[in-house]
Amino acid sequence: MSDRGAGPSTAAVPIPRPQRYDFDAIVVGAGPAGSAAALELARAGRSVALLERGPFPGSKNVYGGVVYGRVLDGLIPGWQQEMPVQRWVTRRQTMVLSGARSLTVDFRNENWGRAPHNGATTHRAEFDPWLAEHAQRAGAVLVPSTVVVALLRTADGAVHGVRTDRPDGDLTARVVLACDGVNSFLAKQAGLLGGDQASHTTLGVKETLALPRGVIDERFGVTGSGGVDVEMLGCTGKVPGGGFLYTNAESVSIGLVLGLRGLARAKVRPEHLLAELKRHPSIAPLVRGGELVEYSAHLIPEGGYRTMPPLIADGLLLAGDAAGMCLAAGIWLEGVNFALGSGMCAGRAAATALATGDTSAAGLAGYRSALRSSFVLADHERLRDAPGLVLSERMQQRYPGLLCDFAESVFAVDNPRPKPGFRALLRRAAKRNGVRMRDLAKDALTGLRTFG
Amino acid sequence: MVDPYHDISFEERMSHVDFRVSGKPHIAVDTEVCRSCTTRACVTACPANLFVPTDDGGILFNYEQCFECGTCYQVCDESGAITWEYPAGGHGVVFRKG
Ligand SMILES: Cc1cc2nc3c(=O)[nH]c(=O)nc-3n(C[C@H](O)[C@H](O)[C@H](O)COP(=O)(O)OP(=O)(O)OC[C@H]3O[C@@H](n4cnc5c(N)ncnc54)[C@H](O)[C@@H]3O)c2cc1C
Ligand code: SF4
Ligand code: SF4
Repeated sequence: MSDRGAGPSTAAVPIPRPQRYDFDAIVVGAGPAGSAAALELARAGRSVALLERGPFPGSKNVYGGVVYGRVLDGLIPGWQQEMPVQRWVTRRQTMVLSGARSLTVDFRNENWGRAPHNGATTHRAEFDPWLAEHAQRAGAVLVPSTVVVALLRTADGAVHGVRTDRPDGDLTARVVLACDGVNSFLAKQAGLLGGDQASHTTLGVKETLALPRGVIDERFGVTGSGGVDVEMLGCTGKVPGGGFLYTNAESVSIGLVLGLRGLARAKVRPEHLLAELKRHPSIAPLVRGGELVEYSAHLIPEGGYRTMPPLIADGLLLAGDAAGMCLAAGIWLEGVNFALGSGMCAGRAAATALATGDTSAAGLAGYRSALRSSFVLADHERLRDAPGLVLSERMQQRYPGLLCDFAESVFAVDNPRPKPGFRALLRRAAKRNGVRMRDLAKDALTGLRTFG
Repeated sequence: MVDPYHDISFEERMSHVDFRVSGKPHIAVDTEVCRSCTTRACVTACPANLFVPTDDGGILFNYEQCFECGTCYQVCDESGAITWEYPAGGHGVVFRKG
């Protein structure tokens, strides 16, 4: 194996303690976590390099499509006026699919179309460069087309820089921020990320389908810059996962997230499941005639709080997906806001440590307390049981059918037979889907405890 | 009858993705190890459909249209089958609508 690549089996490079440093800080990865961290460090007056393996920030990144941007209030005041937005989300839906049926909870709020807004659809090839440019304007040095292949470590294990795939590509710094996303080889090299990743990682596949603006407005019942996000359950066959459908200005993004182990076991290809979703009678009318603009895929760390690695080592901080800070809990699929929040905290903590001259794990400990008092760790801690609940067999295989059966019996009219009461209908729907009322009550309680 | 899955061919699906192909493969597959593999998890899980089983029990692999997602090395349980790294800086997939 070459010593120039970044991969699962590369190891950290031992170096003597540097006499002088090229930068105060090196940030690896110009995703939302990295750019937020670099921006904070540059603002604090620190010299910082922001390294990105793609030819431009965002070129390697894929997500569903919605940024919940309020966290930007503390980073880029007035972001609403300048962020590259496709549509502001004014309507959110959660849909469960069972066979040819579906049940949807539909919420709309026209206020979300105005500042301060709630969420926006945007493409990563537009959003990530916008953010990185803010870091650059504050003084960070963006170095694209550069792969970080290894950490530089002294004999005591402390990180003092990185090796890149450029000739003479070693760069030293007092602190390194690993914002290198879900496959974080830096976290692995530092010995922070181990275990069976595949069991709590999902594969996201997405199609971007072009449709005229007017057609989208009509089909999704929106106007102007308003948009819709739809999260779906019960659309992934035997594979634990979920689906999403988001509106852009002149395209829609439709995709699935699929548990890796389940996908490997089910012997079904991701684009086949996606094709099936697109043929569902509730989805087909929404995407009909859409022409494929891009097909894409990316992994998602879904384990949440329980699978998070240690976030700090001597000379090293982890933020964003590299630290497993993606929140995937059924009606939520968020990660950009967590990446931004953790990147900000990491950048500030690193700046403080640099100011005091102590970038050891102890000197960087302010990072964890800052995360604790922000939504980043608070939400993750509170929702630590959500991933298991949402990907559980009952939630995936039985509840969509149960809910659709229940809705069908409530809405169906077959008099002259008298209609049983709701409780009886629910009992019947549960029985038909092999769910014991006891388990239903238990899951409802867990759900309430988790989400309530 | 029209194949219900393939509303478009896989080749056309991939033709909508930009790649700056590097001369050097970033992923290598040891098909000798694959011969003894019973799960063949990579074959169905790779979203770019880059693992193709051959008649003689091996695996044909091409790195050129790789999304660099990491699925293959995560689902493969045979140690040594996949050597995985990122393509050289600036190379590989370039998403525009990600
Ligand atoms: C299908 C899908 C749907 C999603 N939907 C949503 C959604 O709707 N809303 C939401 O908020 N979140 C969503 N997410 C999650 C979200 O995309 C991530 O949580 C978020 O991108 C994490 O940001 P990050 O900065 O930590 O990592 P990334 O965005 O992954 O950025 C990491 C960066 O590091 C670079 N990099 C990696 N390794 C190296 C290296 N060795 N050298 C140099 N550079 C390197 C990469 O090129 C990349 O630019 C979704 C994810 C997927 C896959
Ligand atoms: S790459 Fe791994 S999963 Fe795929 S055939 Fe070879 S050994 Fe099996
Ligand atoms: S990294 Fe992803 S796209 Fe590339 S070969 Fe592996 S599974 Fe396929």
